[in-house]
Amino acid sequence: MADHTTTTIAVRDCTIKMMRGGSGPPLLFLHGASGANAWLPFMQSLGARFDVIVPQHPGFNDSDTPDWLDNIHDLAYFYLDFMEQLDLDRVHLVGASLGGWIAAEIAVRNTYRLASLTLVGAAGIHVPGAKQVDLFLGSDEQRIRDFFYDPACANEMIARVLRPEFEDANMKNRIATAKLAWQPRAHDPHLRKWLHRIDVPTLIVWGANDRVFPMEYAYAYQQQIPSSKAVIIPECGHIPQVEKRDVFVSELIGFIDSMRKAA
Amino acid sequence: MKFFNFHLMPYRHADLDAIDQNGSAWVTYSNKHYDPAKGAELYHEYLDQMEFADTLGFDGVCLNEHHQTAYGMMPIPGVLAGALARSVKRAKLAILGRALPLLNNPLMVAEEYAMLDNLTRGRFIAGFVRGIGAEYHAMGINPVISQERYAEAHDLIVRAWTERGPFAYEGKHYHFNYVNPWPRPYQTPHPPIWIPSQGSASTIKWAAEKRYTYAQTLSPIAVVARFFQMYRDEAEKAGYTPSPNQLAWSNTIYVAETDEKAMREAKPHLEALVNRFLKMPVEMLLPPGYSNPESMKRVRAAKVTGKIMSIDDLNKTGVVIVGSPNTVREKLAEYQDLAGFNTSLTKTQFGTLPDEMTRANMTAIAEEILPHFRNRLPQGKREVQAAE
Repeated sequence: MADHTTTTIAVRDCTIKMMRGGSGPPLLFLHGASGANAWLPFMQSLGARFDVIVPQHPGFNDSDTPDWLDNIHDLAYFYLDFMEQLDLDRVHLVGASLGGWIAAEIAVRNTYRLASLTLVGAAGIHVPGAKQVDLFLGSDEQRIRDFFYDPACANEMIARVLRPEFEDANMKNRIATAKLAWQPRAHDPHLRKWLHRIDVPTLIVWGANDRVFPMEYAYAYQQQIPSSKAVIIPECGHIPQVEKRDVFVSELIGFIDSMRKAA
Repeated sequence: MKFFNFHLMPYRHADLDAIDQNGSAWVTYSNKHYDPAKGAELYHEYLDQMEFADTLGFDGVCLNEHHQTAYGMMPIPGVLAGALARSVKRAKLAILGRALPLLNNPLMVAEEYAMLDNLTRGRFIAGFVRGIGAEYHAMGINPVISQERYAEAHDLIVRAWTERGPFAYEGKHYHFNYVNPWPRPYQTPHPPIWIPSQGSASTIKWAAEKRYTYAQTLSPIAVVARFFQMYRDEAEKAGYTPSPNQLAWSNTIYVAETDEKAMREAKPHLEALVNRFLKMPVEMLLPPGYSNPESMKRVRAAKVTGKIMSIDDLNKTGVVIVGSPNTVREKLAEYQDLAGFNTSLTKTQFGTLPDEMTRANMTAIAEEILPHFRNRLPQGKREVQAAE
C-alpha cells in the first residue's frame, strides 16, 4: 500500500506539487528553506493520525515560480487560497523554519480554517542579540551541519540532499529562500505587532541547540502569541522533526489531544 | 589606443596573513585592521598618482566602487572624483562603479554624475554596474532582485538626463512624483556610459544594443577576445558596426628594464592582489539569484575562487602584461589585434605595490608604451588624425 501520493494542484495561476498521505483531520505541513522532495519518516508517523498534506511552496522544488512571488506575504495569501480551494477545515497548521514564518503570517491574517498552529524553529521575527549563523555565507555542507546537534544526522542529510541530481532543485530553493529572506534577514519587522491576533491553540517546538534560530526565538514567539506553549527539546538542533522525530511527533500529538480534551 | 589609469585603491598595508586567516579581504575582514593614519596617507598617495597620470599623458583616469573590503577603499567613488575633477586638468574622469541596485535612491546618481560632468566640463564617463556578489552581503541588498533593480535604476537615470523635468516615475522598486534633477549633464545627451562586466552574455548583448562601451574585467586575453567578438556580433544584429573604442580591456601592466626584473619586482604585489585581496568563497562571490542558475553552476564547477595563481600564469594567459618595454609593446599589440579593443584600462598600481614603484611604472608606460599606441587601431591600422 502506498504510504502517500504525489500530485499537482493549480491554485489560480500557480501549479504546485504536493505530497499527501495518512488519514484523519487535515495537517498541513509547510516546509523550510531546503524544500520538500521526500516523504520523510515524521510525515509517515503523523500519517497514522492525520491526513498529512505537504505542498512544495511556489518557487521551490517542482512547483512553479509565479511572477507575483515577491515576499513572504504572497505565500501567506497563497496558502489561504490553497486551503479554500481544497476546502480544508479545522486544519492543524505546522510550519518549520521558513515554513513556520509562512504559518505565522497566515495565522495573523486569518485563522478561520485553522484548528491549531505549530511553529517549529520558526523564522519570521527578530530577537536582538541572539547569536545566529549566516546561512547565506557558508557552504552547502556547512549549512546542513549548522542545522543539527548530532553530526550523524547532518551526515545523513548531506548524503540525502547534496546529490548532483538535486543540484538544480537545491539552487532553485536557495534562490527562492534568498528572495524571501535575504533582507530583512528571515523576518518581517511588522509580524511581531500582530501576533496577538493568533486565536488558535499554538505549540512552539524548538531544539535547545538550534544555531539558526536560537531558543530565545521560541520564548519570544511564546510571549507574543496568547494561547501558546513552548516545548524545548534537548540535544536537538534546528530540525526537531528529523533529529528528534519521536519526541516531536509525540509532543505534537499530545498537544492536539489535550486541545481536544479541553474543547 | 586610449589609455586610462585604472585605480582600485587597495588598502595596501593590509595584514595579508590576517586576510588568509579570515578567508577573504571582503565583508568579514574586520576593519580593526584599518589604520586611519595609514589610510589617509594612501588616499593622498593614490590621488597624487591619478594627477600624475594626467600630466604623463594618459587619456583618462578610472575609479571604481567596492564596499567593506581592503581590496579597494572607494565605497563612494564620487568623493574621489570630486577631488580629482579640478586637479586632473586634461584627462577624462571615469567612475566604473556605481552599483545601482545597492541604492535605494538611484536618482542621486543622476545628480552626482551630472555634477561631475559639469565640474569637469564634459570630461566625465559614467559607469553603471551591479557590484559583485560580496556587495550584496555587505550592503544587505537582496541579490535576487539585483538585475531588475539595475534595469529600472538605469532607465530612470537616463530618462532623468534626457527628458526635461519634472516628470513622474513609477517603477516596481523606485517611485518619484518629481524627477527634475539640477544640474543637467554638461554633455549632450548625457556623459558616455560604460558597462564593466565579468562577461555575462545578457550584459554584453544589452551594452552592444545601447552602444555603451563594454569593459571586460580581469580575464585571460582569449576569454576577453571571445566576449568582445560577442559584443561585435550583437552590435551587427542590432544593425551597426561598433567602433573598437567601445571595447575596453581592463588589465594590469608593469614595465621594467628587463623581463626578468619586471617579473621579479611585480611578483609579490600582483600575487597579493589576486591571491589575497581578491580571494573569497564562492558563496560570497555568487549569492543566490545574483546571476542565472546556469552561470552559477559554471562558476561553481570551475572552482575559480579557490585557485592560487602565480604571476607566470597571469602573464602567460594574458590577464596581465609584465615585462621589458619591448615585450610589453609586442604583447599589447598582439592582444589588441586578437581582441579588437581600442581602450586599455590599465592598473599601474596593484596589490601592495608601493608609491615609488608605481610612479616608475607609470613613467615607463607613458614613455615606452603610450607613444607607440597613440594612433594604433586593431590589426595595426592607424587612426585618421582628424578623428579627435
